[in-house]
Amino acid sequence: MIKQKVVLRFPPHIVEQPTIYHLIKDFDLMVNILRADINPKKEGRLMMELSGSEINYQRAVEWLKEQGLQIMNLEQQIIWRSDLCTHCGACTVICPTEALMFERPDMTVRFAEEKCIVCELCLRACPARAMETLVENTNSR
Amino acid sequence: MKVKRSIEEINEKIKNGKAVVLTAEEVIGVVKDKGLEQTTASVDVVTTGTFGPMCSSGVFMNLGHPQPRMKFGEAYLNGVPAYAGLAAVDLYLGATAIPPTDPGNRNYPGDFIYGGGHVIEDLVAGKEIRLEASSYGTDCYPLKRIETSFRLSEINEATLYNPRNAYQNYNVAVNSGEKTIYTYMGILKPGMGNANYSSAGQLSPLFNDPLLKTIGIGTRIFLGGGIGYVAWHGTQHNPSAARDEKGVPKGPAATLALTGDLKQMKPCWLRGLSFLGYGATMQVGVGIPIPILNEEIMGFCAVRDEDIFAPVVDYRSAYPFRESGNLGLVSYADLKSGSVTVQGKNIPTASLSSYAGAREIAANLKEWIEAGRFTLSAPAAPLPSVDAGISLNALPQRDPEEQEDK
Repeated sequence: MIKQKVVLRFPPHIVEQPTIYHLIKDFDLMVNILRADINPKKEGRLMMELSGSEINYQRAVEWLKEQGLQIMNLEQQIIWRSDLCTHCGACTVICPTEALMFERPDMTVRFAEEKCIVCELCLRACPARAMETLVENTNSR
Repeated sequence: MKVKRSIEEINEKIKNGKAVVLTAEEVIGVVKDKGLEQTTASVDVVTTGTFGPMCSSGVFMNLGHPQPRMKFGEAYLNGVPAYAGLAAVDLYLGATAIPPTDPGNRNYPGDFIYGGGHVIEDLVAGKEIRLEASSYGTDCYPLKRIETSFRLSEINEATLYNPRNAYQNYNVAVNSGEKTIYTYMGILKPGMGNANYSSAGQLSPLFNDPLLKTIGIGTRIFLGGGIGYVAWHGTQHNPSAARDEKGVPKGPAATLALTGDLKQMKPCWLRGLSFLGYGATMQVGVGIPIPILNEEIMGFCAVRDEDIFAPVVDYRSAYPFRESGNLGLVSYADLKSGSVTVQGKNIPTASLSSYAGAREIAANLKEWIEAGRFTLSAPAAPLPSVDAGISLNALPQRDPEEQEDK
């Protein structure tokens, strides 16, 4: 069994294809969609958790790449710029999954990437703007 | 035998590398273990620190004269307006100024991505700053328009002058409403979903000298990573606020006006901030040394988070509409634990002031003193304290017909 949070990026010409249907029907994967959006350039972005057998997962990843989709691990989507963070902690009550949390008694902010669901609430909640995203089709700016 | 020492004696020890310096956090444990009398005998200086958003901050600068000369009428630095109602090429740039092109809250809540505080951070970082200025032109100042750029090292003076910093205590903000609100105290979730505070508590300068017995006009301090001075009492200075028996105020009270040479400062201690839906501001690093002149002063410096209380204020209506009263008091020990109980409800807390930053500032100031690079200064004059009879005024709101001077 494998369980992996991934981000798929769809070029405009395949946004309308029933990709998820194939992941379930042809590769017997369980799909838990966390978030999806389409930007003004018609590129799609889908964040989800995939689980299934190792071999089916690897075959599905190959198939997705053949279709022209980009696939990345979810953890790389939100970046905590520790050089910009002032460790105030304002983000810690806004993050819904405690991916951003306050370490006591150090009173410093820590970012646990594996808990991040890329909701992007932290991007604007951080007064020092120390949270960044690689993805340009964000709705938050 | 009660210990008494003077600032001169402390400075002599600093110059000889013999002064004993502790931070306001370190000294708490020492007082607990050794008692007040023995700690007073052994410690010369306690250093404090705070690193929070301080909106009433800004920089006076003189950019030097262009050829031909010009008297700035309107001036923009990286697009952010600076006040030019001074002599020809003097400006004041405030931390909360935003460009006229910023959409503000028209696209609510606004981002306020770049304002005066960010320009100040960029200046201190040595970055090139774009100047656009215009004027009506005079016989002595004929130039009407200029577009150029400069760096901090190329201008004559840049003096940080912050009319109100280092608030002695502050509100804890909650939102009892049904919608998220966006404030200078951060994002406040509905139904009292979070409680935000903004003080370093036991490390904060004015909690360690609550009655202003050592801090006065001319006190030398850590400001923005350089050396600064207390210039005056701050705006909205309210030493008469309610206090406990040890003089610790139960709400916002004393404030300080601080000044110093921007050219010595560091961008990591003057940070431009963007508060969603509120505006731009600046996070300012301040550290003040407290000379341990006697046991009474040592007693003040031993203050602990569990002994300091802040009022919980509802920012849905009580704060914006100036309704009196609060939802109770909570201690900084509870605030820093991650949750507080307000009216029977457990609420997660978050800080806007960086305690880790405050700790680092107090430690830096301690190092400076230990290394003999920083000596203490006796105040040139005291600040108004609890006996000054100060009370805060509200703005009169008279109809034009009721105007008294016709």
